Amino acid sequence: MRKLYHFNGGVHPPTHKEQSTQSPIVQAGLPSRLVVPLHQHAGNCAKPAVKVGDRVLKGQLFGMPEGSVSSAVHSPTSGTVTAIDMQVVAHPSGLPDLCITLTPDGLDEWIPRVKTDYLTTTPEELRKLLKLAGVVGLGGAVFPSDLKLRPGKKKVKTLVLNGAECEPFITCDDMLMRERADEIVQGAEMLRHMLDADEVLIGIEDNKPEAIAAMQLAVSASSYRKLEVVAVPTIYPGGGAKQLIRVLTGIEVAAGMRSTDLGVQCFNVATAYSAHRAIAHGEPLISRIITVAGNVQHAQNFEALIGTPVHELVALAGTKTGTTAYIMGGPMMGVQLPSDKVTVTKATNCIIASSPALFPPPPPELPCIRCTRCVEVCPAELQPQDLYWFSKSRNFGKAQEFNLFDCIECGACSYVCPSNIPLVQYYRFAKSEIWANEREKDSADIARERHEFHLLRIEREKQEKAEKLALKEKAARAAKEAATKSQAEGSNSDTTTIEALRAQVREIARPETEVPKE
Amino acid sequence: MLIALLVMSVLALILGAVLGFSALKFHVEGNPLVDKIDAILPQTQCGQCSFPGCKPYATAIAAGEADINRCPPGGEEGIRKLAELLNLEFKPFGEDTAATKPKSVAVIDEYTCIGCTLCIQACPVDAISGAAKQMHTIIESECTGCELCIAPCPVDCIIMVPIQENITTWKFRYPSASNPSAANNMAKLS
Amino acid sequence: MFSPFITHAGSVREIMFKVLLALTPGIAIYAWYFGPAILISITLASLTALATEAVMLKLRQRPVLPFLRDNSALLTAWLLALSIPPLAPWWLVVVGTMFAISISKHLYGGLGSNPFNPAMVGYAVLIISFPSHMTSWIAPQGMGQLELGFIDQLQYIFAGLLPNGVSLDAVSMATPLDNLKTHLHSGHAMAEIVKEPIYSYLGGRGSEMVALAYVAGGAYLLANRIITWHLPVTFLLALFATAGLFHLADASHYAPPLFHLFSGAAMLGAFFILTDPVTSPTTIRGKFIFAAGAGFLTYVIRVFGGFPDGIAFATLLMNICVPLIDAYTQPKVFGKKGNK
Ligand code: SF4
Ligand code: SF4
Repeated sequence: MRKLYHFNGGVHPPTHKEQSTQSPIVQAGLPSRLVVPLHQHAGNCAKPAVKVGDRVLKGQLFGMPEGSVSSAVHSPTSGTVTAIDMQVVAHPSGLPDLCITLTPDGLDEWIPRVKTDYLTTTPEELRKLLKLAGVVGLGGAVFPSDLKLRPGKKKVKTLVLNGAECEPFITCDDMLMRERADEIVQGAEMLRHMLDADEVLIGIEDNKPEAIAAMQLAVSASSYRKLEVVAVPTIYPGGGAKQLIRVLTGIEVAAGMRSTDLGVQCFNVATAYSAHRAIAHGEPLISRIITVAGNVQHAQNFEALIGTPVHELVALAGTKTGTTAYIMGGPMMGVQLPSDKVTVTKATNCIIASSPALFPPPPPELPCIRCTRCVEVCPAELQPQDLYWFSKSRNFGKAQEFNLFDCIECGACSYVCPSNIPLVQYYRFAKSEIWANEREKDSADIARERHEFHLLRIEREKQEKAEKLALKEKAARAAKEAATKSQAEGSNSDTTTIEALRAQVREIARPETEVPKE
Repeated sequence: MLIALLVMSVLALILGAVLGFSALKFHVEGNPLVDKIDAILPQTQCGQCSFPGCKPYATAIAAGEADINRCPPGGEEGIRKLAELLNLEFKPFGEDTAATKPKSVAVIDEYTCIGCTLCIQACPVDAISGAAKQMHTIIESECTGCELCIAPCPVDCIIMVPIQENITTWKFRYPSASNPSAANNMAKLS
Repeated sequence: MFSPFITHAGSVREIMFKVLLALTPGIAIYAWYFGPAILISITLASLTALATEAVMLKLRQRPVLPFLRDNSALLTAWLLALSIPPLAPWWLVVVGTMFAISISKHLYGGLGSNPFNPAMVGYAVLIISFPSHMTSWIAPQGMGQLELGFIDQLQYIFAGLLPNGVSLDAVSMATPLDNLKTHLHSGHAMAEIVKEPIYSYLGGRGSEMVALAYVAGGAYLLANRIITWHLPVTFLLALFATAGLFHLADASHYAPPLFHLFSGAAMLGAFFILTDPVTSPTTIRGKFIFAAGAGFLTYVIRVFGGFPDGIAFATLLMNICVPLIDAYTQPKVFGKKGNK
């Protein structure tokens, strides 16, 4: 038995995973319309690579990655681009973002798919390939995978494959492991190869015996000798990347630290699967497994195209009356969708139809009684009650001092708080205020610089004016002198000189209309 | 004439260099307190504090000649930060100070603009581009929302438009006060 | 609505209720040994606490019902009633409770914001303002010259009347702690003093049984994870160690450590008073410091101070230090422990 480590706290919410693991993954098929957001990943929004009216093929590039932290977006099927505009997306703000609307033609016609042999390709090229295939972390963070494969300060010893899936209701990784273990294992080997890691530890929570068995079978059937399936204890948030790395290797990756610098990296099993599809089959990331659960007829997993409207997906599982909202993700960390018309993205691992019966509204919030139940469960070993206090009183500096940004927003603290305080909500509020302050500070710095330049320019112009005035006077004096001289000489032949001098004076005295250049 | 131009440009260059150099030098040896205060001020450069810009106001505060509650764009948050930096009591805005407005940018109605360049001269951060007799535009990302360009415009073609939130600038709101204690505790704090 | 969308069943109300429940065995034994007067004072204190709480909530314009239902006022009332002599005029407990709830709880911001343990503030105010009323404790069953029935106790509490020919001295007596102190002052040696009938195996007769019942209640709280072991264990250890050191140095003048553990409000303090989450530190290291300090101070005040028991003042003194303790004992967070 491998030695497992422990992380602080954690909670045991009811898992509700049985319902959606009864039937195999179902193909969701073609919806009537696909709306694909161009910003589905951490980092910069992708730049549109098609025009309205274009006929596109399945897998054709929709959005080009912009800058180093970005990823590509592709057409989920063949059809016609009918709009490129701002549409409400699956985001808690309910605000619109740039999306490409595609009307499928039903042919599902692929682009030519190029297979790549990962053994004969350099890691750098493979990273580029993954970036252009739009492969991002499918556990929910949607961080571009190519960036996580860059070598760090230290040689990567362990690659952790995250199949823990600790959030209640979500079973997409579980089902993927049960049904497509071989491809996950191949993807894992590719990632291992790229990182040149010594071992791959596939962490799966021990409440998924079928997935563990399937993965073990796939590993032993493969020729890879550096992979190992490890059952880890079921505890929320044991599937957080930092927590799983800790459990499997004992290494703690602090906030803001690159795990490769500590010799370890972590990918979700679904990401490994997608990497395999991209490298070995030339298929960009255009679909994913999504659990549809909660207040539906038959909770189950679908393989859905990115851009499928949520209501069409939920209809496949059979809607039920009483549904008041839809949650993307799990009940601990998910977000409530602004509407069921938004479409699924690469980050959508689960859609829960929520009803007051399923998730009753919390009882009224009471003041914090400092009972430290939140401290006991916090996996980041923070003092949630202090963070709450500072966030609530908008004392953001203090909140940061108390490691606000180490909070992974797992919600364990809110879950146990006897005063029903929406703690995480306060942290999210504080974090976004701090980010906004930083943005404001940046623009204030720019404004300061520009204003200083502006003052400098004014000053310079003043100096120039003074110079000009002096010159003008000089010229005028010279003209006068010349005139008197010519008069004294009684000659009329010099009028041309005087004219020239006058012109010079006029020239200098012309009003200033110069405009600053940008 | 040519000589004059030449002399002028050379002079301008030298002067610019001298000024730039002295600005740099000044920056290095600048009064750190003034800089610290200036870092808190929003750099709107609107002059609502009655000083011709943020830096002069910062200098006046540092010299103890101005109150810390004169800057409407900085909001109460700004006063609070100043109070903290200077170890002073928080002081609310006086009656005579303009209300804090939502952050806005100026927009020129390009059909009405006559290209008079007056706004260009007013803009403290050179965020307006255009030439004489040509329509002007405001570079939105550089505009500080100081409103200084509005008054000079002879045809009133500049309006202030509040900045809309987008998906990247969107902020999580203060947890709702629908429950008993959140609202109360706020009342208690202030 | 924002995540998490689910919460663990459990509320302040339930926590406080369990603490009240854990107090009941102690109260039952108290009533058995010292008569039903304690029940009267608990009832009085409870009613006063609820009424004061409601009035204060109204005055502070807070919703009354959610806060009244949280059981925290009741807990303050019970703890106060258990700390003062049951055979006292009714207004004593009423004044103490009113003070505890209104001044030391609500004026500081109500539930969760009070820096001092309200019950202990109430106690401190009473002992400073009405010292004479605070020292006449009922003698345990079979110990006084006379015993008062339920009606007699009622009459005394509400009307200040004692049955004909009975003096207060006849039905009350000093607590073992007090008794010990007086005797030691008048030059008696420990060995002689403990032969007096009010002393028993562990502490005072009767009161040691109450203390044991508190321990049982504390065990229930520990088992239900309402409290953690850090505070009570550290406190008792510190008290034991300090008393033990003095006892070792001079056994004829310092009572054995066990006596200190089972006398006065030590057990009540360890499991019910110090463990008030609002007024104790939140960090583990902070809890150790806080409880150790309280244990040490309790002993010092008991033995060298002028008050009969030290729990209240030790608690209050340590309460003052809580923000400081918390600030200096912040633990390192995930990933930031080792290396740097
Ligand atoms: S769990 Fe809630 S009441 Fe308890 S300390 Fe944490 S925030 Fe306060
Ligand atoms: S949400 Fe943050 S503070 Fe709360 S338990 Fe999770 S990591 Fe800790």
